[in-house]
Parts: sequence; C-alpha cells; structure tokens
Amino acid sequence: MSNFPDIIQFNLGVYVNNIVEWLVANGESVFDAITRGTLSFLLAIQNFIMWIPWYIIILAVVLLGIYVCSWKSGVMYGVMLFIIGGMGLWEEMAITLAIVITSVLISVVIGVTLGILAAYSKRASSFINPLLDAMQTMPSFVYLIPAVMFFGLGMVPAVFATIIYATPPAIRLTTLAIREVSEEMIEAAHSFGSPSWKILMQVELPQAFPTIMTGINQTTMMAMAMVVTSSMIGAKGLGLNVLTSINRLDVAMGFEAGISIVFLAVIIDRLTQGVANKFNYHNESVE
Amino acid sequence: MEAKIKVDGLVQIFGNKPQSALRRLRKGKNKDEILKETGQTVGVSDVSFDVYDGEIFVIMGLSGSGKSSVIRCLNLLNKPTAGDIYIDGENIVKYDKKQIRKMRQNKIAMVFQHFGLLTHKTVLENVEYGLGVRGVDPEERRKIALENIETVGLSGWEEMYPNELSGGMQQRVGLARALANDPDILLMDEPFSALDPLIRREMQMELLGLQSKLQKTIIFITHDINEAFKLGDRVAVMKDAKIVQIGTPEEIIESPSNEYIEDFVKDIDRTKIIQAKNIMTKSTALVSLKDGPSVAVKEMRANGIASVFVVDKGMKLQGIVTIEDAIAAIKEKKKLEDILRDDYFTTSKEEYVQELIEDASETKYPIAVTDEDNKLLGVIVRSSILSGLI
Ligand SMILES: Nc1ncnc2c1ncn2[C@@H]1O[C@H](COP(=O)(O)OP(=O)(O)O)[C@@H](O)[C@H]1O
Ligand SMILES: [Mg+2]
Repeated sequence: MSNFPDIIQFNLGVYVNNIVEWLVANGESVFDAITRGTLSFLLAIQNFIMWIPWYIIILAVVLLGIYVCSWKSGVMYGVMLFIIGGMGLWEEMAITLAIVITSVLISVVIGVTLGILAAYSKRASSFINPLLDAMQTMPSFVYLIPAVMFFGLGMVPAVFATIIYATPPAIRLTTLAIREVSEEMIEAAHSFGSPSWKILMQVELPQAFPTIMTGINQTTMMAMAMVVTSSMIGAKGLGLNVLTSINRLDVAMGFEAGISIVFLAVIIDRLTQGVANKFNYHNESVE
Repeated sequence: MEAKIKVDGLVQIFGNKPQSALRRLRKGKNKDEILKETGQTVGVSDVSFDVYDGEIFVIMGLSGSGKSSVIRCLNLLNKPTAGDIYIDGENIVKYDKKQIRKMRQNKIAMVFQHFGLLTHKTVLENVEYGLGVRGVDPEERRKIALENIETVGLSGWEEMYPNELSGGMQQRVGLARALANDPDILLMDEPFSALDPLIRREMQMELLGLQSKLQKTIIFITHDINEAFKLGDRVAVMKDAKIVQIGTPEEIIESPSNEYIEDFVKDIDRTKIIQAKNIMTKSTALVSLKDGPSVAVKEMRANGIASVFVVDKGMKLQGIVTIEDAIAAIKEKKKLEDILRDDYFTTSKEEYVQELIEDASETKYPIAVTDEDNKLLGVIVRSSILSGLI
C-alpha cells in the first residue's frame, strides 16, 4: 500500500468555507432580500393555485391539452389531475408546482440571458461552456450544499438548488437556437437598417423561439426531477411525501406521491411541447 | 453624366490582419500568394467602376470571383479595407453607424439569393418590414405594402407564410420588400439563381418590365452570362477578385478583352442576345402607296428581289407586293392597293433572333421590323437570321 504522503496536504475545503462564510457574513442583507422576495413570490403562486377552484384548473388543463395536443390527451391530463386530487394530494401538488414554476421562471430569465450572451460573444461562451459541463456532470445532491449554506433550510434553498440544476439546458438551447438563425435572414434585417437590438427582438428571438421552448421544456423536466432531492433540505410538497414514505417504509404513501409526480411531469412535458410545436413556422422546409 | 455610384479602388480582405494583406496587394502580389503568405482572403482587389442613374449594372463572374463581396460593400454589409464608394457624391465608407442605418433605410435595398425572408412573418408583414424599421405608421405601412405586393403579382397571398410559397413567389416577396422602401438603388445578389430555369426567365422579363416603369439604379449579380447580357445595360466581368472588363453586352461579345472573357462568351447562346435590330437592314428598296405597279417592278428589278414592302407617306407599313402580281397588275391596269398582300411576318426591333427562326422558315418574304406605330424600321432577310445564329 502506498498512500499519498501526509506532508503534502492542503485543505481546499477550508478556503471555500472561508469564502462562503465571508459572503454570508457580509452579504446577509442581500441574501435576506433574495430569500424574502423569492418566498413571497412562491407563496403567491401557491396561494393562487389554491385559490382557483380545483375543477377550473382541471377544465383549463383539459382545454389546453385539447388545443395543443389532442382530444384524448386533454381528457387524459384531466383524469390524471383528478386522481391526484382524489388521493388527497392537491395541496402538496400546489406547493410542488409553486416551487417548480418559480424555479423555472428564474431559470428561464437567467438561461435565456446567458444563452444570448454566449451566442453573441466567443469569450462569454468559452467561460460559460465549461461551467455548464461541470454543472451537468455533478450529481444534483451537490447543489444542496451551497443552497443550504446561503439560504438555510426551507423552500428558498430548494428553489436555489433547483435553479442551478435546471438552468443549463435553457442556456445551451438558447445559444444553439440563436446561432442557428439563418445568416441571410439577419443580414436582410441589417440591410434595411434595423439596429442590432431590434434584430434580436424582432428576428433572432422569434426565430429561436421553438428551440428555446424545447430548452424550457427540458428545464421544467429537470426542475421536476429535483422535487424529491430538494425535499431533503426542507421543501414541502409531493417530494417531501416521497421522502417521508422512504423513511417510514410506507409503500402506499410513496406510491401515491410518486405517481402524482409522474403525472405532473407528464402533463407539464406534453403541454410545453405542444405549445412549442404550435410555433414551428413551417421552418423545416427552409434549405 | 454624374455617376449615381462611384466605386474607386475598392479593396476588401477577409481575415484578422487585413493590413498586412493590403500591403502585399499594393506590392502587386495576387490573391493566391497573399492567401498562402498571410492566410487572408482577398475578396475584392482594387476594383473601380461607375454606375449611372437608372441603369442595370450587372456584375458577372464565376463562383468565388468576389461578386458578393463587391455588392455587399455597397451597403456596407462588408466593411471595405481600402478605397472609396461615393453614392450621390457622398463617400459612404466614412459613414458612422447611424448614417449607415439611415442610408440603408432610405436609399438602398437588397434582394438576396435565398430570399432572406422572415419565416415567422406573413408575406404582408415581410413586405412591411423595411417600412417598420423606418418608423412609418402602421396604416401607411400596410397601404404601401399592399401596393407593392400587387406590383409583383402576389395579391391574395398576403396572409401566407413564406415557406408556404414556391421559390419564385418567395423571391417576389423579397423584391416587393425591397421596393416597398422606394430606394434609389436596388442591390440584387444572384436573386434568380436559386430558381428553376422557367421561373427564372419569367422573373427576368418581369424585372425588365418593372425597371422600364421604375427606373431604379440596379446592381445585379449573376454567374450566368445569358442572364447578364439579357438584363445588363452594362456588364462588369469579375475574375479572381478583379474586374477584367466593363462594357455593354455587345461590346463584350464583339471584342472580349482577354481569353477568360472569350471562354465565357463561348458559352453563350448567341441567338439569345442578338436582336432583330442587330441584323436588320434599313431597307433601301421601298415603294410608296401612291406609286404605281410599274415603279414597284422597277424597284425590284434594280435590287434583284422578288418582293417589296409598300409604305405610306409616314413610312407606315401597308403591305407587300410580289413581282408576279406587279407585272400582272400593269397589264390589267390595277392599282398597287389592289395587289397588296398581308401574309408576311412583322417583329419588333428588340426581338431575339431565336424567336424569328420559325417565322423565317415559314415565309418566302423578308420579315418586316416595325415600331409600335407600324412604321417600317428595316427588314430582315432569311440569310442574315442564319448568320446571326452562328
Ligand atoms: N465571410 C467570409 N470569410 C472569409 N472568406 C470569405 C467570406 N466571404 C467570402 N469569402 C471569400 O472571398 C472570395 C469571394 O467570395 P464571394 O464574394 O462570395 O464570391 P462570389 O459571390 O463571386 O461567389 C472567395 O474566395 C470566398 O471564399
Ligand atoms: Mg455570391
């Protein structure tokens, strides 16, 4: 056996710890503000979902399903929601949705912005790309650590961890989408004397929209995948039920919460994909 | 005449060290040497030309010869490395961003090879696009767009999306979009190259028709010599980033300035560029309506021909008489009017020789070249049509 010599040892972790401690100590007011802001946003969404009568929500999902997918799908999504409610998990669903929606909204804002930046600037993309690679290879549990360090336990660190985990596809697909916009189309816009920011708004983003929607869809799916993980740091909702059931070896409870998460994921996935497809301006026929 | 566009010593180099490439260019090195030594691509090498108001100026050359690079300098989509470009006497190379945008919005519009349409917008919205950039208010914008859609023959298609249209129709949208801004100058970079030959010919004719009304200054790029000579008032031939000859189509065909252009010209189907006016003879043998049959007979004998055209005082074509009919008429004391025949062919002086071949083979008379008022301009005899084909 040949172990690494004891004399050559450094404690990288200590430095990181110091940095984080310094940040927490000096940026307390900033983190507080973020926490309060995020929390009230999250609660607003949760209360809104709870405020709408359950049958209206089901009806809306059925109609949207029929509009963007098909008759059968719409009805099926309605039945799924109905089952979730029937298992007594409506409130848990609302909490989970609130976390997912909040995370996804913030992820999309950050992701699209960084994505555009990376598409425009080589330097930005050479900085962002390795970061994304690292983020995507790291297990999702790792994100819980900084989340807890900065925001303690509860809903907000859950949102924070989810954002870190779920943002990469939004960035990647936005960059890809913007880079894929036809060069000639952008030049045509320039040839009419449009300023660059207007070309971004009127040509590049609309053209990139279907692909960006695919990115948003993936981001949403990843946010759903974080639901159970983030319950370990105090997020309530369906994830917590799964976690509790594991601790108690309660198969029935675990099944109900688990199947609810699956249903929710399926509904969100199909609906966002359906919306994306609605915006596919027959672009496939362009050579 | 003052030139609408004056390009003077234009150089455009692709790469990150254009200045070192420029120095070598000034020392007389060519495109290949510079690429090998510096890794920089010379797109345009010291090109100068003038374009006059209202003309179609064609730039022709093989793929990679630098045509696009030149035309893209004219609206500064490409930044010239050296040289000056004057439009209406102003040096646009010195323009700042704002001036460039203003010029693009008001003075100069471009039509692209693959149309460059915004696929997320309808035909109408596409045509409105340039007007929107200029800040024209929505109602006015729509009115102008609809007019231009009509001009290019797309009325009824306003609400379609570009990818629902055929290539030819898409390019009509591209043309309408450019025309909607009412620019003085139209830049067209191989606008018809992506279209199939039939549609292409149709679009060429329509462009000529439009141009006779609109009188824009058009820079038109093509790699097709037939297209160049059909459309161009003047043609510039490019090779290896340089212009090797500028002239009218006739000048270029008659005296190609070097072997390269000769090769180019060999490709050409001459019948497509030789027009009736090039091979007609101002007919010396003519008879007036008030002359009698005996004058006609004398005229024909003197010229050794078997038929002669008859005109009135204003040179308007009345018909043709044959020598047999004229001799018979003298005996029967008939007038010239009584023996006029009308089974000859007429043509305009712009007609291409190719279109006359069939007529020529069906008649024993010469073909009369007339103007819109039926005035006789000249005649074409069969043998000259055949020689025009060579
Ligand atoms: N963006 C570019 N970057 C580098 N080289 C280019 C670029 N565009 C054109 N070139 C080069 O410049 C030369 C002229 O190209 P171009 O003007 O497009 O020719 P054409 O339009 O006559 O086909 C070619 O050698 C081409 O490879
Ligand atoms: Mg080209």
